[in-house]
Amino acid sequence: MNWTPDQPIVSLINVHKSFGAFEVLKGISMDIMKGEVVCIIGPSGSGKSTLIRCINALNDIQAGSISVEGQEVHDDNLDKLALRKKVGMVFQQYNLFPHKTALQNVMMAPLKVLKQNKVEVEERARALMKKVRLEGKENSYPGELSGGQQQRVAIARSLAMNPDVMLFDEVTAALDPETVKEVLVTIKDLASEGMTCILVTHEMGFAREVADHIYFTDKGVIVEHGPPATFFDNAQDARTREFLGKVL
Amino acid sequence: MSRVIPGLTAVSKSDLPVLLPFKPTPAATTRVNFSQWLASIPFWVPFMIFAAAFWPVHAFAQSNGFSLTQAFETLWRWIPFLLLHGFVFTVIISVLTMLLGTILGVFLGLGQISRNRFVRWCSYWITQIFRNSPWLVLLFIVMLSFPFQIDLFGLSIPVPDWTKAVIGLSLPVMANISEIVRGAIGSVPSAQWEAAESLAFSRRQTLFEIILPQCIKRMIPPWMNWYAILTMATPIVSILGVEEVLNLTRQAIEAENNRPELLIPFYGFVLLIFFVYCYPIARLTMWLERKYAVKL
Repeated sequence: MNWTPDQPIVSLINVHKSFGAFEVLKGISMDIMKGEVVCIIGPSGSGKSTLIRCINALNDIQAGSISVEGQEVHDDNLDKLALRKKVGMVFQQYNLFPHKTALQNVMMAPLKVLKQNKVEVEERARALMKKVRLEGKENSYPGELSGGQQQRVAIARSLAMNPDVMLFDEVTAALDPETVKEVLVTIKDLASEGMTCILVTHEMGFAREVADHIYFTDKGVIVEHGPPATFFDNAQDARTREFLGKVL
Repeated sequence: MSRVIPGLTAVSKSDLPVLLPFKPTPAATTRVNFSQWLASIPFWVPFMIFAAAFWPVHAFAQSNGFSLTQAFETLWRWIPFLLLHGFVFTVIISVLTMLLGTILGVFLGLGQISRNRFVRWCSYWITQIFRNSPWLVLLFIVMLSFPFQIDLFGLSIPVPDWTKAVIGLSLPVMANISEIVRGAIGSVPSAQWEAAESLAFSRRQTLFEIILPQCIKRMIPPWMNWYAILTMATPIVSILGVEEVLNLTRQAIEAENNRPELLIPFYGFVLLIFFVYCYPIARLTMWLERKYAVKL
């Protein structure tokens, strides 16, 4: 299938996902265009994280279809490595490699997976460290960095693969309030450069400011979605209003 | 009047339930009980025991005219032989066994985490069987089932007893190393696998570039612990006629007309060499254990 940029870069059609007998996703559909920033919000346990983990095949799905740039993800013959070169992911717990320095963390995947030239990779990695405002921390080990700094290294590490889509799984949930901002600023920069971003987040202010589209999920279904202005100020569904009433 | 501040100028105490400081316990497979016990012995104790081993000589001295000095001189005469021919060979056997056991054990351990169900199942059972079998039985099986020479293209290569001993002993070592490898890999948080996966690392790359470099340090103390256990166990190969320290000691006593008062000093000396050799290993193991346990 040939994908053209005017088609959705990520497309989910009626996705169902269960863990054993427990159905987490009950028919989720969404289309995300290139360059769009999408925030998925909702109460804990509503399947938000599972949803974005399915997009880069960390979790498999039982029914429906997920495609990234026209490539079906829900396929036994899927080249997972090829998919993951296109889709970067940042986790709640940073998950940096503790035995490598910040710079080495960023360089590792392009060097080992893409087998790129070391000099070029290092140059790019240093540029990325600068981009996430961590100049001078290149030789620090993850254990020596604050949570916010580690998370920004994790973002740089994902970006080093030159992905087309970035997934952010509650990336600020484990951070101190004062370091949340530095990470959000980094993501905002990224969004303003036209990176397609899919975020699971609890930062409503951030979602309102940065997102092009908000999805509200509860109990495995999308309850409501829309552009931030209408979504936050004029929510239609009672469940959405109740949730927003609690968090805003 | 000075104020009494609990915890500063006085003993801190409380009637309230108190949360005690959290001490992370190392993963089950990194347990080094043997080294812990060995390292806990004060260094002088075995020397005292050894000295006490000369007591029977002293007691018999009146009746048979063999004095304490003579007994000590006899042992002194044999020490170079026992050390250079006997104990050095024991060390060689233990090192070769450890080498073979480690190589096989690493493969078996990786087999235990294979994605192939059959490989995983086989590796698991091989590990369990060799880990829980009596060492002497394994040794007998290898000793008696292996030929004493191999004929290859008209060339006969002799298989000396000690090579068979190395193979026989390496089987249980292999199984225990396999468990160490499996346990250490399992001790790395699964999130590391996911992070690597999301960066398009293959499983093999993840294992060798990310997981193993993180847990290799944690494998060293239990690995050394097994080396000490193995070294202490090598004298069982003497039953099968391998000329290691225990066999040579017996021969030395025979050469001294089987004097009964020499038995305890001679074997006591063997015990002492094993202690002197393994004790530093145990201390080092405990030191590394403490050093690496906190990290990760």
